[in-house]
Amino acid sequence: MGQGAINPAAAGVIPWWRNRRLIPWLVQGVAGLALLVLVAFLVGNLVRNLTSAGLLLSWSWLGNPAGFDVSETLLPFNAGLPYWRALAAGLVNTVRVVLAGLVGATVLGTLVGVASFSSNGLLRRLARVYVELIRNIPLLLQLVFWYFVVFLALPGGREAIQLPGMVLAKSGLFLIRPELVNGVWQAPLRLTVEFGALLTGLVTYTAAFIAEVVRGGVASVSKGQWEAARSLGFSPLQTLRRIVLPQALRVIVPGLNSQYISLAKNSSLAVACGYTDLYSVAETTLNQTGRAVEVVLILLAAYLVIDLLISALMNGLNQLVQIRER
Amino acid sequence: MKRAFRTAAWALALLATPLVGCAPDGGGIQSLKLAGIKGRGTLICGVDGKLPGFSFVNPDGSYSGLDVDICKAVAAAALGDPTKVDFRDLNSSERFAALASGEIDLLSRNTTLTLSRDASGGNGLSFAPTVFFDGQGVMAPKASGITSLRGLAGKPICVESGTTTELNLADRMREIKAPYTPLKFQTGDQTYAAYLQGRCVAVTSDRSQLAAKRTSFPDPAAHVLLPEVLSKEPLTPATVNGDPGWADAVRWTIFGLMQAEELGITQANIDVKLAEATANANQADLRRFLGVEGEFGKQLGLPADFVVQAVKAVGNYGEIFERNVGQGSKLKLERGLNRQWTQGGLIYAPPFR
Repeated sequence: MGQGAINPAAAGVIPWWRNRRLIPWLVQGVAGLALLVLVAFLVGNLVRNLTSAGLLLSWSWLGNPAGFDVSETLLPFNAGLPYWRALAAGLVNTVRVVLAGLVGATVLGTLVGVASFSSNGLLRRLARVYVELIRNIPLLLQLVFWYFVVFLALPGGREAIQLPGMVLAKSGLFLIRPELVNGVWQAPLRLTVEFGALLTGLVTYTAAFIAEVVRGGVASVSKGQWEAARSLGFSPLQTLRRIVLPQALRVIVPGLNSQYISLAKNSSLAVACGYTDLYSVAETTLNQTGRAVEVVLILLAAYLVIDLLISALMNGLNQLVQIRER
Repeated sequence: MKRAFRTAAWALALLATPLVGCAPDGGGIQSLKLAGIKGRGTLICGVDGKLPGFSFVNPDGSYSGLDVDICKAVAAAALGDPTKVDFRDLNSSERFAALASGEIDLLSRNTTLTLSRDASGGNGLSFAPTVFFDGQGVMAPKASGITSLRGLAGKPICVESGTTTELNLADRMREIKAPYTPLKFQTGDQTYAAYLQGRCVAVTSDRSQLAAKRTSFPDPAAHVLLPEVLSKEPLTPATVNGDPGWADAVRWTIFGLMQAEELGITQANIDVKLAEATANANQADLRRFLGVEGEFGKQLGLPADFVVQAVKAVGNYGEIFERNVGQGSKLKLERGLNRQWTQGGLIYAPPFR
């Protein structure tokens, strides 16, 4: 109504650079154009230089035999299979450690986060010490520590730790009727120490951050909620489970999302402890084929997809726990 | 306004730099790389840095080793001063990217010459003469009782990732139909640490490297090299493709070291030989080789006396070998294939003509 009432003569006086409707469009248009030109220039340059170096993007090498072995694969693999199978085996290994890590870190992180509200002073302080110790040491160092100092110090061969139905040795954890064949432990189900060290490192590290997110979430629930629940006769555990955590989740879930994504990305530090993940396979592939740009593109795409999937799931979860307006 | 514009222009330029490569030189005598090195006044050389005998950092922070001496020889030939070298420690996965991106001028890091690394459709390197003819071997603890490759069937073997050794191991084990578990590590340090901790029953690498690493083990005598030689590993310095002038300068500096040994010219007697050649107009071969006459240096874009400078700095090839990996070193490797061709080896410099 107000706009329609503008005097055409007065509107004609307003110069175009002060036009509130035109300027935002113009600025965005120019910025967009500049970005496009920049991207086109960079991509053009890349293609031009790769062409002059005789390295046009090509994907046919993916079908060539890899020629190297990948250890502990879920997908069957041998050196005669093509590169894409090797990369797929690496991807599966990455997904395996990420999934196990997510579950482990969530459980441990929640326990530690809740423990920092415990009425038991020892438990409360232990939780604080754990968080401060773990999150202030670089993850790479922790992985090297877990692998070389803890896991590789396990006894091997005949001296391995033997429990009913399982054996813990320098080479890994062997479940379901393990037996020593020719000096090497074998069993239908086994987890290597490389996997163990990486998983332990990722879980303890990420759990420290998750604990802080959980602590923040629980602290956001007002004290009155605790008191009301107690006065209604809820036990402390019931209060936590039925009253506090459901409300805390609204604050926790968005924070968890970024921790989960960090965990997925941090899994690429697997090279530090000899675990054959996607990054490790890609690195060997890059070295053997010299296809640096293509291999890096594959890596980027793979980690992007994993992280976007985690994000999408967490956004879905976030909508579930938010207050529904009636 | 003007200033903001300039800032934006700089930001754009900075953003764009990583992707702006040098257009390949259209050939000719001038080498961009060589000109760049002379302008900068130092040679940037990629080495391993953790391999006794080849490239190793001494307690005082200086580098020594066979690979290091090649860098020094090239610096002496190009710049007249063997100390004008910046060393960059590279692991096996970083080395080719560092060379391709121009971060280093010369890769002298026990690198095996292979077809795919040489081909422009592969890694696209340009290889100099081989400075060490090696072969892949396997090392195992003496106490394990393993005496051959077959004894490794079903067992874990430690290997550095991204190396030719990884592929050779896969090939040989496939040939003898022995399944095994490869444990791959990104650096040599991690690989040998895992081996010493007993995670794998054997470690595989070039035989010279195994011998070199063994000298730094707590108990070197407790580890044995298995008799099998798994592959040919000609360890060769490399430069990037697309600058033939620079590649030639490196190639002929190294040939110069080899030719000097063949002619009996050493670090100790080079001045005498030079004086002899200068005084004696009849020794045309020697005069050309040492740059007293002719224009070999000029043709390569190097000073006329580049061979003299290189030999003065590090000695001839035989001296470099003995000092770093041969009888004068802890490694005590035999010359073997690395003898001069006149003594049945493979070290052979083409004629300086």
